Amino acid sequence: MIEIDGITKIYDGKSVVDDVTLTIEPHTVAVIVGTSGSGKTTLLRMVNRLVEPDAGMIRLDGEDNRTIPGYELRRRIGYAIQGHGLFPHRTVAENIATVPRLIGWDKEKTAAKVRELLTLFQLDADLFGPRYPHELSGGEQQRVGVARALAAEPNVLLMDEPFGALDPIIRAKAQDDLLAIQKHFGTTIILVTHDMNEAFHLADKIAVMDAGRLLQFGPPDELVRQPATGFVEAMVGASERPFRLLSMRRVSDLAEPGSADGSPIAATVTQQDALAELMWTGRSAAPVVSSDGEARGRVTLEALLQRARGPK
Amino acid sequence: MRALPYLLRGLLLALLMTFLLVPQTMEPLLRPLAQSNAPVIYNQGSLLSLTVQHLLTVLAATSAATVVAVSLAILVSRPAGAEFLPLSRSLVNIGQTFPPVAVLALAVPVVGFGEKPTLIALFLYGLLPIFESTLTSLTTLPRAVVEAARGTGMTGAQRLLQIELPLALPVILSGIRLSVVISLATATIGSTVAARTLGEVIIAGLQSNNLAFVVQGGLIVGALAVLIYDGLSALERLTVARS
Repeated sequence: MIEIDGITKIYDGKSVVDDVTLTIEPHTVAVIVGTSGSGKTTLLRMVNRLVEPDAGMIRLDGEDNRTIPGYELRRRIGYAIQGHGLFPHRTVAENIATVPRLIGWDKEKTAAKVRELLTLFQLDADLFGPRYPHELSGGEQQRVGVARALAAEPNVLLMDEPFGALDPIIRAKAQDDLLAIQKHFGTTIILVTHDMNEAFHLADKIAVMDAGRLLQFGPPDELVRQPATGFVEAMVGASERPFRLLSMRRVSDLAEPGSADGSPIAATVTQQDALAELMWTGRSAAPVVSSDGEARGRVTLEALLQRARGPK
Repeated sequence: MRALPYLLRGLLLALLMTFLLVPQTMEPLLRPLAQSNAPVIYNQGSLLSLTVQHLLTVLAATSAATVVAVSLAILVSRPAGAEFLPLSRSLVNIGQTFPPVAVLALAVPVVGFGEKPTLIALFLYGLLPIFESTLTSLTTLPRAVVEAARGTGMTGAQRLLQIELPLALPVILSGIRLSVVISLATATIGSTVAARTLGEVIIAGLQSNNLAFVVQGGLIVGALAVLIYDGLSALERLTVARS
């Protein structure tokens, strides 16, 4: 659990982060969104004390993060940034082994961990381990950057626009990989982005910041249905609201008994994808099947539209 | 065609070694430059020992300049030392702008004739290129890399030794290379205050109006500079390839 309690950071007499309080539950993904200059990156960097706050306290599992030296704290917290920041003079394997080496893991344990992570990120360990970062594609570099952040099995992973430099297709893949890995390790993730689609895709809870202040912190659903301020509403995007609602849930939630014609829709796809499929094929209902091909009833256009409706 | 530069350097090295080890072989070439009854090959000492002495002087001065300039650049590129940046820069600049001849003139009354004033002059003259290149490379490292080094929990010393210096090495080496070449040429004036360098040959030639002496002294220094410059460039490329 990460408790951010009344945190303030002042640069040149101006509050960049202004009395922010929020609590992030363990094993969840919290996404901080805001325009540039909103203080979201500064807030993130105060969690691992790359920036020292001027007021307030941050507790990790109940312990003040100032009880140990900054560098020791940072070895326990994963950190991945935009542009990956891989060390160009070290191989992929050495890059991933950075923190294990700093905290004195033995060679066998480190090597096994490097191999496990590379495999988990779908990179061939024998092929990629000895390569240098400049020999990798942007997407591969980014994956190695996240692998490095996870090498010492941190409970908390901080990510500062980690997918900002990737093209849309690779970015979507990287986001799905991140969710899979988060489930695998149960890591608590705080991710900063200015991309609302990314936020809605990844977040258990979204924090919206503007001019150093936290405007709202809640589940994506709540941000759409009950935006705290006009700014939050604008960030969510008025014309996007119904689609955001649909993008958060799976088809399986809306499946009802019955049958329909045409090609079936997988129960695991989002409701937004199901709506798109129905609109595209001109149907008012489609059969739903689970991943192992078992029939799960049907999903109707009416149910989808009902689900996408805002509050009266 | 790609072998040609290596071939030329090999040839130059061979010529230089021949000249230093058996100077008499070059006599026919230099003969036209000397007056009829004057000696053609420098005869007041061994060319080989002068060359070795010349190189040792440059090595000592450049090593000292490297240690001081690199340490100073590291110091002022840390947050704690940032306020010393303008001061260090002025000091190093004075070292460069002060003519080595003037340094010799000022140093002789203090430390006497011989190697010492030459070493002082070369040391001061060699600081600037190394200091500036080290400082530039340390302060222009990719931001994301430096940030990542902090983010992974490296201490200040670990960041410097494991990340910053290895990445800055190629540029630091280019500064050292520049400094070495300047020193190789400048060391010759050390012989005006009785330092044993190849300048002795040139000065002897000037005093006895013997062009052959002047040319052989100059050519040896020139050949040394070219070969050492190339050697250090190759070393630099090696470090770039690794990073």
